[in-house]
Amino acid sequence: MVGGGFLLSFRWFESSASPVQTIAEEVNFNSYLSIAPNDVITIFAPNPEVGQNIKTAFPMIVAEELDADWTKVKIVQAHLDTKKFERQATAGSGAMQHSWDRLRKAGATARMMLVEAAAKRWNVSAAALTTDNGFVWHTESGRKLSYGSLATDAATMKVPEGVKLKVKKDYKLIGKPIHNTDNAEMITGKPLYGMDTYREGMLIAMIERPPFGTKIKFAETAAAKAMPGIVEVITFKNKVAVLGKSTWQVTKARKLLKVEYEPDGAVESTTEHNTLMKQLLDKADVKPSRKDGDVEAVFKTAAQVITREYQAPFLSHACMEPMNFFAHVRPDGVELIGPAQLPEDTRKNVAKLLGIDIEKITLQMTRMGGGFGRRQRSDYSMEAAELSSMVKAPVKVIWTREDDMQGGQYRPAMRYRFQAALDEEGNWIGYRMRGVGINSGNSTRPDHFPAGAVANFLVDSIDHKSPVTTAPWRAPSENFLGFAEQSFFDEIAAAAHRDPIEYRLAYLEKAQKTPVGAVKYDIERMKGVIKLVAEKSNWGKNKELYQGFSAYFSHGSYIAQVAEIEMKNGSLVLRKMYAAVDCGVVVNLSGAYQQVKGGIIDGLGHALYGEVTLQDGIPLQKNFDTYRLIRMKEVPDVEVYFVDSDINPTGLGEPALPPAAAALANAFFKATGKRLYHQPFSKEEAMKELTLNQSS
Amino acid sequence: MANYTLKINNKSYRVEVEEDTPLLWVLRDHLGLVGTKYGCGIAQCGACTIHLNGTAVRSCVLPVSAIGKQKITTIEGLSANGEHPVQQAWSEIDVPQCGYCQAGQIMTASAFLNKNPKPTAAQITEAMNGNICRCGTYHRIHEAVALAASKLK
Repeated sequence: MVGGGFLLSFRWFESSASPVQTIAEEVNFNSYLSIAPNDVITIFAPNPEVGQNIKTAFPMIVAEELDADWTKVKIVQAHLDTKKFERQATAGSGAMQHSWDRLRKAGATARMMLVEAAAKRWNVSAAALTTDNGFVWHTESGRKLSYGSLATDAATMKVPEGVKLKVKKDYKLIGKPIHNTDNAEMITGKPLYGMDTYREGMLIAMIERPPFGTKIKFAETAAAKAMPGIVEVITFKNKVAVLGKSTWQVTKARKLLKVEYEPDGAVESTTEHNTLMKQLLDKADVKPSRKDGDVEAVFKTAAQVITREYQAPFLSHACMEPMNFFAHVRPDGVELIGPAQLPEDTRKNVAKLLGIDIEKITLQMTRMGGGFGRRQRSDYSMEAAELSSMVKAPVKVIWTREDDMQGGQYRPAMRYRFQAALDEEGNWIGYRMRGVGINSGNSTRPDHFPAGAVANFLVDSIDHKSPVTTAPWRAPSENFLGFAEQSFFDEIAAAAHRDPIEYRLAYLEKAQKTPVGAVKYDIERMKGVIKLVAEKSNWGKNKELYQGFSAYFSHGSYIAQVAEIEMKNGSLVLRKMYAAVDCGVVVNLSGAYQQVKGGIIDGLGHALYGEVTLQDGIPLQKNFDTYRLIRMKEVPDVEVYFVDSDINPTGLGEPALPPAAAALANAFFKATGKRLYHQPFSKEEAMKELTLNQSS
Repeated sequence: MANYTLKINNKSYRVEVEEDTPLLWVLRDHLGLVGTKYGCGIAQCGACTIHLNGTAVRSCVLPVSAIGKQKITTIEGLSANGEHPVQQAWSEIDVPQCGYCQAGQIMTASAFLNKNPKPTAAQITEAMNGNICRCGTYHRIHEAVALAASKLK
């Protein structure tokens, strides 16, 4: 050490992302909140945060019903705690739909207990008291008591049942643009993410994983093991892990591994997948997911049959924070820290892997640098646990970007065939749709529009099992199905010589008045967003603009979009996107705008550029130089409008994405007369007619 | 292994690391400055952006041996408590979603505004185009850079 100004060169530190879960001087009211004598209200945010802003939105709901002073609310990320919380999960845009009432009741119950405590202290009727901004008021006498001063008494009150919840017009927080609770930490670079976890004695692990459909033939590890800083090289479960003291030493040592692989099942390539998916579209005797009327008959007699196919590649989730996880397996228990969208699954999987009682495993959720479904898988957290148990030391597994992009768990590659039968007058009398995919599960949504509106209806799907691993990817299946079906509907309207919005509304009304089979979407809400987007975009009014329409229902929410292409300096440019959204009550207006705008940008970006292709089980895209993400220059303006609603909130993290690419493709058709069927669009010859650089 | 004395955020740090170690991993693994993020390792995404003598640089491809006496600023040193106009603008516009890329975005923006305090909208886009945001916060990033510029005036 040279002098006072110098700091220790190796300063291992504890992750400051470690929240204190119980605070002695605070009075606990329920799983969600406690109140301290100094009026600070701690609200636990139970769900994993991936950027959907749930860590801010959930506490807003509790604080709303509590009538808390938001400036005195301290939000703490809860650990996984299945005794206190239900559904600590980031999946299916379902958190708000699941927890809305629970959170409201948690706040309202505590509020009522504070009121009862004040009534007792003043010896007045609780009915004579009101609450506002962290105080209980007795208006008649002009007296008030702060929540902090009542907390100890209030917590001893009988927990009331059937508390009255607020109505929308009385909301003070819900619906307002409340800023992200972690802003101060994020903009100053505080350790928040799993990647930021460091512990005394922690080893960094990187792992060489096999191409899909192969196994290790031999692994030559001595050279890597001999490198400075390397502690262990372990071959396990068809992988080779290099563990060492620092990331860079591990990175370098790993390059010296010599691993050869041999086939262990199907070693597949993209070209084979593409051929296979086309073949599967013709497969006979597939069990329908939904069947109304007589499709065979109506297609035989139709005046016009329109058949179109749409294809999508595998996509990487490309979370900005690559996969990583920390595990410390000790004789007395296991400590897990890191990014997990389904922490309960992660804990179960680790318990099973190590043969350890679940009660002995703690899991601390870190803020995630994106999730998009990838972190619903526990593969990377199980790697950390397994390696820690083997080396008996704390281990942080880090995936490089290359590992992340080549490591599978992709959005499945998919292909769809849509068929519509029209009669002489352009009436839509038959609909047939099949989805096929590589490890796609059911790639269709059989109860979607035009279910209920078209009398003869058939949907089915086929899944090809492959060694290439797949995972949910923001709006699973629908991220591409939305594009395919909304592009197809645009073609049908064009074939019937009708305006696509007018045509859609007509068939929605048909499903409303004379439904065929079950209708599992809310037609009024769908019509509402379509009319709103038409109004806000001045649909069809400006002949200088080329507008494309799409409307999609997913995750409980309804979103209609219009894309607007204009001719500027001799080039066609995607200038603007309009979105009309019905997600019920908007909880946090600032976060809601982000989810919709971000979802649209994500939808456009991946439709334009995203693609993982495989050659003999090896993914060819490794990093952002070959896997292109949308950048600022390519982003159009986005205008977002929310329907004023008092329906309980529905999903918002995913629904804005599926319709975006179709709106663009339909506007592109208006501008050029050409249709887009395959993603990524940027590889389509026709796409050269659109200038993607907004600033050109 | 070699010893390096680095000037980071107006403090001196001494580290013993291999000479080809990227500054990113020196900051994160050895100095506990984890605000600078790993995103791609090949200077494509901008999550690891720091200032080297005031210029925005990708720390994931900058070997520690190439730094010498040059001054390094990381997100932790941009201001004492987040009061830099760019950080303030980020907060006011409520930019972050997942937040992982934002330190890099802020470092790119602050270096840019130092050189061009009155940028046009197109210049902001040009300057920020190298930083990827997977959540798609681009509109707010653009707004925040413009707001920060107005604060600098």
